[in-house]
This record gives sequence, C-alpha cells and structure tokens, in this order.
Amino acid sequence: MTDPSGASAPAQASPAGSVRPALSPARLAMRRFRRNRLALAGLVILALVLSASAAGLVWDRIAAWSGEDQPYREQLPGIHPQPPSLVPFHPFGTDPLGRNMLARTLLGGCVSLGVGLAAALVSVAVGTVWGTVAGYLGRGTDTLMMRIVDVLYGLPYILLVILLLVLFEERSVGMRMAALFLAIGGVSWLTMARVVRGQVLAIRETEFVHAARAIGAGPGRIIFREVLPNLAGTILVCATLTVPLAILQESFLSFLGLGVPPPLASWGTLASDALGALNPVQTYWWLMAFPCALLGATLLGLNFVGDGLRDAFDPRAQ
Amino acid sequence: MLHYILRRLLYFIPTLLIIYTAAFLLMRAAPGSPFVQERGLPPEVLQARAEKYYADRPVYQYFRYAWDLATLRGTNSIRYPERNVVRDILGPALPVSLALGVCALSLAVAVGTAAGVMSAARPRSAADYAAMVGALVGVSQPSFVLAGLLLAVFSLWLRWLPAGGWGRPSQMILPALALAALPAAYIARLVRAGMLEVLSADYIRTARAKGLRRRTVLLDHALRNAWLPVLGYLGPAAAAVFTGSFVVEKIFAIPGVGQYFVDSALHRDHPLILATVLLYAVLLVAFNLLVDVAYAWFDPRIRYD
Repeated sequence: MTDPSGASAPAQASPAGSVRPALSPARLAMRRFRRNRLALAGLVILALVLSASAAGLVWDRIAAWSGEDQPYREQLPGIHPQPPSLVPFHPFGTDPLGRNMLARTLLGGCVSLGVGLAAALVSVAVGTVWGTVAGYLGRGTDTLMMRIVDVLYGLPYILLVILLLVLFEERSVGMRMAALFLAIGGVSWLTMARVVRGQVLAIRETEFVHAARAIGAGPGRIIFREVLPNLAGTILVCATLTVPLAILQESFLSFLGLGVPPPLASWGTLASDALGALNPVQTYWWLMAFPCALLGATLLGLNFVGDGLRDAFDPRAQ
Repeated sequence: MLHYILRRLLYFIPTLLIIYTAAFLLMRAAPGSPFVQERGLPPEVLQARAEKYYADRPVYQYFRYAWDLATLRGTNSIRYPERNVVRDILGPALPVSLALGVCALSLAVAVGTAAGVMSAARPRSAADYAAMVGALVGVSQPSFVLAGLLLAVFSLWLRWLPAGGWGRPSQMILPALALAALPAAYIARLVRAGMLEVLSADYIRTARAKGLRRRTVLLDHALRNAWLPVLGYLGPAAAAVFTGSFVVEKIFAIPGVGQYFVDSALHRDHPLILATVLLYAVLLVAFNLLVDVAYAWFDPRIRYD
C-alpha cells in the first residue's frame, strides 16, 4: 500500500547535476513508511494504547505503594455489574464482582502487550540465530535445522502448549506467567527462522560478502557486519507481525482457562469472562466492548504498522 | 510422485511418535493424579485403579496405550470408566468436528479467494479498501469474541438462527462463520498480493493483447498462478480451524472432539489425552501431506525427487 510515485528517490545513478546525496536503504524505507497514511495511523493507535496501559500500570503501582487495595482487584460495595458512569469514576463500568473495569482493562493491556513483546523477543533471539546459522553454514546443517523447523511446523503445537500449561497449573503466579510467556514465545520463532534463513541464503552469495571474504574476514565478521545489518528490515517486519499473533494465542489460552491466573487480567481473560456473562435477559455490553475494542485496535494498529514496514522495506517498491 | 508420497508416509510415523512421546512425558510430569479426586477411597481401591490404567508402570503404559491406539482398540477413559476412548468417545465426535471443519475451511477458501480477486481486479478502489480493511478486522479479534458477537446478534437479538446444538444445517452456519473468519482474512490478503504480482507479468499482457475477456484473463490466467500461496497456507489454516474448534464447539455446545481435549488435560484423563492428541496429529499431518501432493498437481514446476 505504499505510494510508489513519490517514493522513488534516485539513490544510485543520480543524474549529473543532481546534488542530492545518496540515501541509505534504511532512510529510504523510513521515507516510504512516513508516506503510508495507514501505517502512521497504526502507529498513533499503538502509541495511545501503550500510554494508556502504562498509565494503568502507574495507577496500580501508586495504589500498591500507598498501601491501598490495588484497583484491579478491589471489590467495590453495592450491586454490580454497573454500567459506565463518570460519577463515581467508572468510565468502563464494573464487573459482576464489583471491580473497576477501567483498571482491569488497562492492566490487562499491560499483560497482553507483555505477552506479545515477550514472544517477539523470543522469536527475534531464537529465530534469527537459528535461521542465520542454518543459512550461513548451508549443506547438511541447513537441511537438518530446517527439517526440524518443518517438523515443528507440522506439529499441532497448541496441544503441547496446553499440556505444558497444565503442568504449571498449581505453581505460583510468577511461574505460571513465565510458562505462559515461554510457551507462546516458543512457538513463534519458526516463521522468523524460515524467513531469516531464506534471506541469509541470498545475501551470502552477493558481491559484497564475497569481497569481505576476499579481504580475509572471518565468519563472525561477515555475519555481524555484512549479513545481519541487511536483515534488520526483515527481522523488524517479522517481529512486528509476531506480536498480534502472540496476543491472539494468549487470549485463546485464556478462554480455555489456561491464561494469566486470576485475579490478574488480560484482554483475553476479560473478553472470555464477558462471554460467560452473555445471556438473553440482560446485556452487560460494557464488559465485552471495552476490552475487545482495545484488543482489536491494538491488533489492527500492529498489523497496519507491520504491513507498512513490509512495503517500506520491500526492494521492489523503489 | 509415488516415490515422494511413500517417503512422506515414512516420515509420518516418526512425527506421530514424537508428538505421542512429548504428550506422554508432559502428561506424566503434570502434578496431580487422575485418581485423587475421589477422596476417602481405601488405598487398595486406588491401587487397583492405578493398576487397571497401568499408572504404576509408566514404561508399560507408554507402549500399551500406543499399541491400543494404533490398533484402534482403545482403552476405557478414566473420567468416564464405562466408555472406550475410541469407540464411545472420539468415534461419535469425530464426524461432527470433521463436518464443521470442512465446512469452515471451504467457506474460508471461497470467501477469501473471491474477496482477494475482487480487490486485486480494481486496486485502490473503494471495494479494494473495504475488503482489505475487512480482512484486517477479521484477523484482529479472537475467534471466541466473533463467535460471541454472532451469537448475540443472530440468535439472541434477531432470533434468526439457533444458538447452539448440532444436527440441523441451520445450527452449522454460525460456528462455521466464526471458524472461517480468520483463515478467510488471511487467504484474501494472500490472493490479493499474489494477483497484483501476477497481473503485471508479460503473459497477462499477452493475454489481454489477444483480446481475451477480462474475466478470462483474471480467473483462468492470473488466478491459477496467484492461488499457489493459498495452497501453502492451507496446512496452517487447517491447524487454525482445528484449534479454533476447541473454543467454538464450547460456545455453540457442539458435541465434537474439541471439548474433550482441554477437559481431559485438566482432569488428567491419561487415555483420553493421548487419544485426542494422536487424533489431531494424524489429521493435521495427513492434511499437510495432501496439501503437498496437491501442490505438485497444481504446479508442474514443482518436482519431488
């Protein structure tokens, strides 16, 4: 969805008389990204959601530090759930246990975004190393490592994730969170490994890598100075698109009762609790609407940004 | 080709063994036993039950369950002691899940391809933007939220369709829609990207220059090549539909396989856990094989040797 008409800066082979300095590919990509209105909108959405979640975390920390009950778990007196109101200040309403939905939704955002970021980090760390090693060494190592990825791809891994989480069911909150982060991160690196390996295979045969090898550069130098900088765009795109998938996985596990342990919340647990409260007699729309709206906006923003980055780094776009 | 299929079938067995072993180890490592819920049972009874399910002999249990499942004899479940996991539990549930899954997958392919072709035929038009934003919205909600929305709108509010159950075609519409949304959105994006790339190829210009109808160029010449990435995505799509069925079958009260998986894991029902894991694994691995064979059939450039 980039606009190719304005983005074609003649970086190489600029005509005589042009004084415009050559721009690096990264600068060109950033320029293309800035012209993509959808991607910028995604960035704005993400900034809003992130700052709101951060504010929720600060609110929670201040309450905990001043010795009050933390707002996400404090049960208010009276009849609940109550619809959204400004006085008392419950703009997202309250849940059936009388807890402030604003606090729960914002803190749930921190959890969901944390899961997404953790998965992206794991996929960058493991997937990049795996793909680079396989692609750079080639031959038998490559075949073996990619065969392993193929087999893992074919496995119904979600079954094993569920069994793994059941394993940690009765442990402490910290352990369960760690298991959840690892389980979701552990399945998200496969795509990254494949993409990175394909790129490394192509870059390994370029002239500048041959030149580096000719002046006596070792494998470490070639990988870190020549190959990886050229992969930065690909890795960034892939990591951005990993985050929404991980957030969806977490919500799926939350629905099955294997997500974050209560009374902690994530957007997934909030949405699945709201689904449980769905009935034909009385609609508690605010239980479902706010967490789902934030979840949807975040995933939409991440997908916009990811698509925008992909188009911006696509060499064919020039 | 035959050689390739045979070799892939050989991979089948180790793949299944890996999954079975991983599931077995995780299951045995999980805290809690399937028998502890019944408090107050004398130790002799517990001992007898553990013996009946070979829980005291892990190695024997590993091979015995594998053999019983491989020969489709199955063992009795622990949670429902009267019912055989193959004959009485998964056997009746499998056709239900398969029907729903096939329905959802075909719906996803049909809708996704149509939307992708439409938006690639007129890029940057209103229809293109609408289809692509729709596709992004489709991948931006968990399937259970979509299922809940469909339920609220079409069953509770408009009262057009039943809210759950199984047996009549009308009961299949909402769950199939909920399951199909995510793969349909991905397929639409794949088809659009593939079509845009193919449409700028020389052979398309030739076809247009020959004076072929637009429709023929789009559907016969372009789509056939642009559709290949969709084939590659069908494996993951099937996995998405299967795992989505855990959730959707629960919401719509459908007597399929999905409900048993999570319940059996939570209840430590060893025979049922292993049987369900293996069933899903066989289905997915077999489907992936089918997809790869279809690849070779669709694209004569691909050779397997």
